[in-house]
Amino acid sequence: MSTNGDPAPLLELDGVNTYYGQIHILEDSNLKVGEGELVCLLGGNASGKSTTLKTILGLVRPRTGVVRLAGEDVTGLPTAYRIRRGLAIVPENRRLFGPMTVLENLEMGAYLRPRADLKEEFERVYTLFPLLYERRSQLAGTLSGGEQQMVAMGRALMSKPKLLLMDEPSMGLAPILVERSFEIIQQVNQAGVAMLIVEQNANVSLSIADRGYVLSTGRIVLEGRAAELLANEGLRKAYLGR
Amino acid sequence: MSESSYALDTDPRPGPLAAGVSVVRRHPLAALGVVIALVALWLGIREGWHELAQATLNGIVAGNYFALGAVGLTLIFGVLRLVNFAHGEFLTFGAYMLIAANALGLPLVVSAVVGVVVTAGLALSLEVVLWRPVRRKRVGELQLLLLALGLAYVMRYTISFVAGPEDRASGADVTAGVTILGLRIGRTELIVTLVGLAAIALVAIGLRYTSLGRQMRALADSIELSETTGIDTDRIVLVTWAISGGLAGLAGIIYALPAGTVNPQLGFTLILSIFAAVVVGGIGNAYGALAGGMLIGVAQEWSTLVINPSMKVAVGFAVLILVLLVRPQGLFGRARSVER
Repeated sequence: MSTNGDPAPLLELDGVNTYYGQIHILEDSNLKVGEGELVCLLGGNASGKSTTLKTILGLVRPRTGVVRLAGEDVTGLPTAYRIRRGLAIVPENRRLFGPMTVLENLEMGAYLRPRADLKEEFERVYTLFPLLYERRSQLAGTLSGGEQQMVAMGRALMSKPKLLLMDEPSMGLAPILVERSFEIIQQVNQAGVAMLIVEQNANVSLSIADRGYVLSTGRIVLEGRAAELLANEGLRKAYLGR
Repeated sequence: MSESSYALDTDPRPGPLAAGVSVVRRHPLAALGVVIALVALWLGIREGWHELAQATLNGIVAGNYFALGAVGLTLIFGVLRLVNFAHGEFLTFGAYMLIAANALGLPLVVSAVVGVVVTAGLALSLEVVLWRPVRRKRVGELQLLLLALGLAYVMRYTISFVAGPEDRASGADVTAGVTILGLRIGRTELIVTLVGLAAIALVAIGLRYTSLGRQMRALADSIELSETTGIDTDRIVLVTWAISGGLAGLAGIIYALPAGTVNPQLGFTLILSIFAAVVVGGIGNAYGALAGGMLIGVAQEWSTLVINPSMKVAVGFAVLILVLLVRPQGLFGRARSVER
């Protein structure tokens, strides 16, 4: 795309250190996601995955280090601003606005977009998830896990993001639905949306990812091409090393 | 999540009582309708249909200020997890601002608008000078609760100090009455009730059909999730305070005008019933608060047909207890409980 050298990556964490009170959660985190890339961030419980996402979103601020979106330093800027710059998230457990309808949930994802574009966005999401059209007036809290996943994904896509963050998409889903989820993730990525998938399930995410990072107790201990990581024996070790 | 509901559904042989309770749980509004119809039938046969109709009308009059008070309280709780005990004092404040504006020579209708606007302004200012700073300092929930309780006392006694503890005339004509289909209603009462119902309809429509309303409902469900969808949460919190305060001011005015007099205890005498309306409707659910307010109002007035009217506040709480026994999440609280 860019003619002069590397374009700035969509997302970059540069030497990020995040604390909760006195507790050092993320230690010198460096991470990049380029245009159209599918990257996964692997790690077990309490490895710092959620904190990484929160730092990217600006829900927590790093003590030192820089968060950049498309080259712009957004470290001190609020979440709403970052979302406007093309970031979106499918939160953990597919959190939806339970007392609101499917349609309203989708609208909440798109309310930053001009009203004229809404129709187009709805069509895109309904093409990807025809079931959501049938369920549009149902309360989101009454949907099944798989359906909630579609709404959460649809809501994130409504904002037409450049980079989509996924917080443990496989969590709590039946194996068949996990497979289906990752097919959809791949499909969305192929449509040009860059993705950062935070997962415990290393095999399934590495099988579709371009690159991967492995987090352990707040440090990135491994990184590389997905195929290399899949073959890496150290992965299991690092992974289970809490 | 799905696993736990699976475990509940496999309960092998539910008894007839449990089966009945489960039907009520699944169709709470239909069940409520049946209960209301049965109570109405019983009261109508026992006390006479005309008396029942009159009590129902009185209940709708009362339901207005309960509903308008409750919707602001529930939105603030939903958005900030703050149990605003000082909400009752917003009602009192609104009524006193009406009297003050009226005393300055403004006509009653204009004074009412002044009361609503100034109360909204007060709620906004309190957010800026008090609530936002303490939230930023991460003050705990219990401390916030006590702070709200303390604020209620400070406001009540400040009003009492400035305006005097005695009853003051609210300035409306409370002697003129209207008779519609044989039912009596004060003229002022009729006017404020129509205004109140219009306000309730506006709130419901606004929450449903405007972007601002949807954002407020989204925030009331989860502030963090709202933030990650790009909502400017600080702005919506301010708007929610303004609406909460404005509606509370309106509720106080709607109560004060037909009552003819106002004293600093106004909000305090109503706040418990307003809390009952919030909980009955499902905490944090704005539609629930509107419906809960009406339900509590009508239940209290119906009860005066068979018991001493001074006991009617207890009836509101009897309704609360019954609803909570069958549906701990309140009438409209269904979807919320599924999530976590």
